[in-house]
Amino acid sequence: MDNLIWIFISALLINNFTLSYFLGICPFLGVSGKLETAFRLGVANIFVMMITAACAYALNTWVLVYAPYLRLISFIIVIASSVQFVEMAIKKLSPELFKALGIFLPLITTNCAILGLALFSTNKGYGFLEGMVYALGAGGGVTLALILMAGIREETKLMDIPDVIQGTALNLIIAGILSMAFMGFAGLFSTY
Amino acid sequence: MENQNPNAEEFLKGLWKENPVFVAVLGMCPALAVSNTAINSLAMGLATSFVLLCSSILVASLKSIIPKQVRITTYIIIIATFVTVVDFALAAFSPAIHKELGAFIALIVVNCLILGRQEAFASKHSVGLSILDALGMGIGFTFAMLCIGIPREILGSGSIFNISLFGSNFEPWVVMILPPGGFFMLGFLLLGFNWFTKKKKARINYG
Amino acid sequence: MKATEENNIIVNETLSENEPSSFSLVSALGIAGLLSGIILVGTFLYTNPLIQNNKEAAIQRAIYKVLPNCDSYIPLIMVENKLLEKVENANGKEESDKSELLIYAGYNANKELIGFAVPGSEPGFQDIIETMFGYDDMKRMIIGFEVLQSKETPGLGDKIFKDADFQTNFLELAIEPEIVPVKKGAKTKPNEVEAITGATISSKAIARLLNKTISIWKDPIDEFIRSNNLRISKNIN
Repeated sequence: MDNLIWIFISALLINNFTLSYFLGICPFLGVSGKLETAFRLGVANIFVMMITAACAYALNTWVLVYAPYLRLISFIIVIASSVQFVEMAIKKLSPELFKALGIFLPLITTNCAILGLALFSTNKGYGFLEGMVYALGAGGGVTLALILMAGIREETKLMDIPDVIQGTALNLIIAGILSMAFMGFAGLFSTY
Repeated sequence: MENQNPNAEEFLKGLWKENPVFVAVLGMCPALAVSNTAINSLAMGLATSFVLLCSSILVASLKSIIPKQVRITTYIIIIATFVTVVDFALAAFSPAIHKELGAFIALIVVNCLILGRQEAFASKHSVGLSILDALGMGIGFTFAMLCIGIPREILGSGSIFNISLFGSNFEPWVVMILPPGGFFMLGFLLLGFNWFTKKKKARINYG
Repeated sequence: MKATEENNIIVNETLSENEPSSFSLVSALGIAGLLSGIILVGTFLYTNPLIQNNKEAAIQRAIYKVLPNCDSYIPLIMVENKLLEKVENANGKEESDKSELLIYAGYNANKELIGFAVPGSEPGFQDIIETMFGYDDMKRMIIGFEVLQSKETPGLGDKIFKDADFQTNFLELAIEPEIVPVKKGAKTKPNEVEAITGATISSKAIARLLNKTISIWKDPIDEFIRSNNLRISKNIN
């Protein structure tokens, strides 16, 4: 149990995917202009990550033992197809949910955070339960970063900012400060 | 510019005018994650260039037999193949660098730069032009990686390519080799880039 | 305006063009798959022995460092609290299983057991710290320590493997009753570790790691020695 808590907290805060591994930077800098969008993107992210973790575990246990050189290709293809499959299923079963998350799902699949999750959790040799907890933490971490960023950017919209720093440069510097803030979480759970 | 040899143009545009990192803001994830030392930056830049070059050659030569509907899947298979090759080659010949870069080598697959070039360039041009384009973009990416990596290493560990610069009296800015340093460095570089472009534009406008 | 025109052209093109048959789609993917398969398998067959060698060499380097005078070693796995010699599978698909509990018994040039190299990991300040340490079951001491992987803060936490003073803690460190981290310069008993100033959490993590790992392995190792009648001559002395 301690182990699971550590995995969760580590992925959520201490080793936040976006702010300390730089995974999923594209949506983080590009899309997150609005709080509402950021939240939905984050939830979609958690969702895809859970599917990914399950797929990665299955592949790693039953397929890749025999063919380690297929790791990358199989991760990408299996994850992309299963996400598409789930997307279709959601469309059919719950149009409401599809409306909320739908457009983000294909976008997320090619995100480095997703592949990163699959690679990290198999590199660390996590089992199924650990993998799912890791996915939940990582997805939560990405959501948290997206929401924080979107909140700050909503504020900066009305500010008087010099032209040169507008856009990506400003976002990166904000991200740097956020990342520094998240460094404060290091050591949080190492004394349990 | 219009008078220039078009071949040279395809090559040079990646270096500055359409630099993948500074102008197009592609491939941010490796640019930030492994640029904490000059050596890592160089290794990442070269690995990415290799994958880009090989995939461009293959895509450009196979473009006539790849149907439109499955082109992205095909590109991804090709890219993932070469990334795996790089991953194995680094693990076999340079385990130290492989350990440093870790999973980020595998993450070259999702570097939008590579897929972007296949879709935008290699699938529409001849093999020769695609090679030039890939080389230009690859060198441009490596150059950008070094632009981020070298200052980070100098400030963060007081050394360059592991050669100590300032002796033991230098108190390193540790934050520069930690994640926030990556964000700050690229942020400031983009800021400088914007400023430079603006100034140039202003000069042209006012003659 | 121009963009819409272009779109129209593309739409017209796709309409006028015959839809490719699913056969041509599948065959294109098949060719790509075949090509990539050939490249991958070729690379794998060529590099895999080298990669395995590198891995083996890294483990060997760590073992030789934590067990001074070590000349050869055998891997042992724990099965139901008993140590067994690890039998490598014929088809070579061992390793990869990280959940397996594995240690290495080290022998000197005269084929006498000199100690055990024990891998252990524990969450540190930033992320999991992976280490290997040498354990001498006769002296009941840790006789060597090496950090295999850590992401501790550069300049502070990374002193756990860069600071020579901290390393000397582990040349002769008694494991009983348990390893206790103390302030720098305050070491009086053989079971105390002098922590690094500015990296308290990392130092404590190392002590915790050692205690935790030793408690897992201590009894199986004793049992292993007793049941295999190793070191009889020394025990009589």
